Amino acid sequence: MAVPAQKLEATAARLDGMSLPVGGKWATEAREAALARVREMGLPARRDEYWKYTRPDTLTQADAPAAATFETGEAPLFDSFDRLKVVFVDGVFDPEQSDDLSGENLTIERFADVAAKDIHWAKELYGVLETNGQNPVERPLAALNTAFATDGIVIHATGKVSRPVNLIYRHKSETSDAILHHVIKLDEGAELTVMENGPAAARFNKSMEVDVADTAAFHHVRAQGRDHERRAVTHIFGRLGTESTFKSFTLTVNGRLTRNEAVLELTGDDAVAHVAGACLGDGDFHHDDTVFVTHDAVNCESRQVFKKVLRNGATGVFQGKILVQPGAQKTDGYQISQSLLLDEDSQFLAKPELEIYADDVACSHGSTSGAIDEDALFYLRARGVPKNIATDLLVLSFVAEAVDEIEDEALREEIITRLEGWLERHR
Amino acid sequence: MLEIKGLKVQLEDEDKQILKGVDLKVEAGKVHAIMGPNGSGKSTLSYVLSGKDGYEVTEGSASLSGEDLLELDAEERAALGLFLAFQYPVEIPGVGNMTFLRTAVNAQRKARGEEEMSAKEFLQVVRAKAKTLKIDADMLKRPVNVGFSGGEKKRNEILQMAMLEPKMCILDETDSGLDVDAMKLVSEGVNALRDEGRGFLVITHYQRLLDHIKPDVVHIMADGRIIKTGGPELALEVEKNGYADILAEMA
Ligand SMILES: Nc1ncnc2c1ncn2[C@@H]1O[C@H](COP(=O)(O)OP(=O)(O)O)[C@@H](O)[C@H]1O
Ligand SMILES: [Mg+2]
Repeated sequence: MAVPAQKLEATAARLDGMSLPVGGKWATEAREAALARVREMGLPARRDEYWKYTRPDTLTQADAPAAATFETGEAPLFDSFDRLKVVFVDGVFDPEQSDDLSGENLTIERFADVAAKDIHWAKELYGVLETNGQNPVERPLAALNTAFATDGIVIHATGKVSRPVNLIYRHKSETSDAILHHVIKLDEGAELTVMENGPAAARFNKSMEVDVADTAAFHHVRAQGRDHERRAVTHIFGRLGTESTFKSFTLTVNGRLTRNEAVLELTGDDAVAHVAGACLGDGDFHHDDTVFVTHDAVNCESRQVFKKVLRNGATGVFQGKILVQPGAQKTDGYQISQSLLLDEDSQFLAKPELEIYADDVACSHGSTSGAIDEDALFYLRARGVPKNIATDLLVLSFVAEAVDEIEDEALREEIITRLEGWLERHR
Repeated sequence: MLEIKGLKVQLEDEDKQILKGVDLKVEAGKVHAIMGPNGSGKSTLSYVLSGKDGYEVTEGSASLSGEDLLELDAEERAALGLFLAFQYPVEIPGVGNMTFLRTAVNAQRKARGEEEMSAKEFLQVVRAKAKTLKIDADMLKRPVNVGFSGGEKKRNEILQMAMLEPKMCILDETDSGLDVDAMKLVSEGVNALRDEGRGFLVITHYQRLLDHIKPDVVHIMADGRIIKTGGPELALEVEKNGYADILAEMA
């Protein structure tokens, strides 16, 4: 489809004000190629089909709208976990606050250092999975990220990594505009858990490319929270080998605008990919989960489980697709997106899609919007549980299917504690 | 203890009268039974007493230990000591049975200005009570009523009652869907709670349950009214002849 000239002109004008970061040979090539992709696609605009439910203007405009920082007074997330801390402040790696970048079965490097080298293995992945993920649907903000990111983390897991890596995003400046790009490679049989948390910046564009080799397992638990005016667009590009596992869960609270895209490709037989998310929105909150899962191999399983709790005019968006390519027989695909609307001002916009080119598959999808179950509410109240606490319990009950996607019990409990804390503050 | 006077109730959404003047008084230490054909308003009475939305009281009053029930929210009635064992216990996925029970016990204690039960004490008490009702650890861990059989749900209701130690217990068809063994367990659970300070209102279709939970007084309800009151022999009469005779006699 031809891109409207006006859109390309607007994109060119926007890009003219930006210069590519200086780096080593491989990074310069990758950045130049990414910039060419952005120029060709054009930045997202309001008329774009893929941006029908979410306005991209504040994500594409030259300056980041200001966002105040907000302290909840809670202990930092994942504080009690034995983890390797990697801290970014307004999108810049902070070695002082971070742990030593090393670990068992792990090489971990700062992207700024990696990008300065003339050659590095990250070349195989950086912008590569992103490029694959541009088809059949374009994701210009991911290409923009590949072109302009100067920091991030580059991880190579060579075996079972017992200590999870925790990427912590601190937000200091009210007008910070951060771009981070992470590259994660798991060798055959490797296992790695990555946690992410923190508001990051006033505006945050983050990409994560994850290559999961045969029989490897990648677990990802993320919490986006706190600052009410922050905006974020994030992309996860995952490529899964034979018998590999990819499981990602995201909790989102607060924030004016969040668009989380997950683009997963199951390329090896018997692979398992789960993406799940729960969000709690109160007031001026717009949350968009855009997920695209491609089955390109036999006997793979994918699950998309998204739950949104919305009130006081909050908006939730879900665009989810399962694409089953010819020959991807015995595919087991599941997709559910549900919203719990706590009042009539809030809205949920969903576009669930299945596209199937194989005949021996089992795919199901469902999308619902509902209010609190009055019978359950009465049952709890009749046992003496006050209405606000009963409502909180039912909210937790509603999001449970998504939260249960977190395999590790301690991580799951940590997320539930956060959910409870948020609910208590919003009674 | 529980005193209902001239209670008339209609649906909020529809102009349909369901209770047409109910008078009933349950004294502490007594067990009253209500029997009656389907659709006579028994469940409605139990819902109105416990504070469910959707009903409008047009006339009459209901009080517990002298306090006006109808002025209170459902949770306040519970804290005051009113308990309804539901005819259809509700499933709540994602909320553990234990969490639910502890939240309920402590919410009531807090509302009454009492000290909350510690996690440890709670665990001990709940385990002991669950054991007598043959509720295993797995059932306690599972989400509230999810995947429970009919009998398990009813036993779970009795467990909640045992934990909450209410003053006034209303049991709505707790016997329906129970086999003989489950009925025995449930009845023993109820009888264990019988106490001088506690009243019971047992709604049932069958004499069977009343063999185990011996009532002091039996009421027959039909078309939104209590049409006859008597001793335990009234339940036997219903069992033998059905409601037809009584209905005819009153008509
Ligand atoms: N929420 C409701 N909406 C419509 N009809 C109702 C509702 N609740 C009760 N009723 C009607 O009121 C009558 C009494 O019902 P119920 O109290 O359940 O009787 P019982 O428990 O004695 O079988 C029935 O005719 C029933 O259909
Ligand atoms: Mg009934």
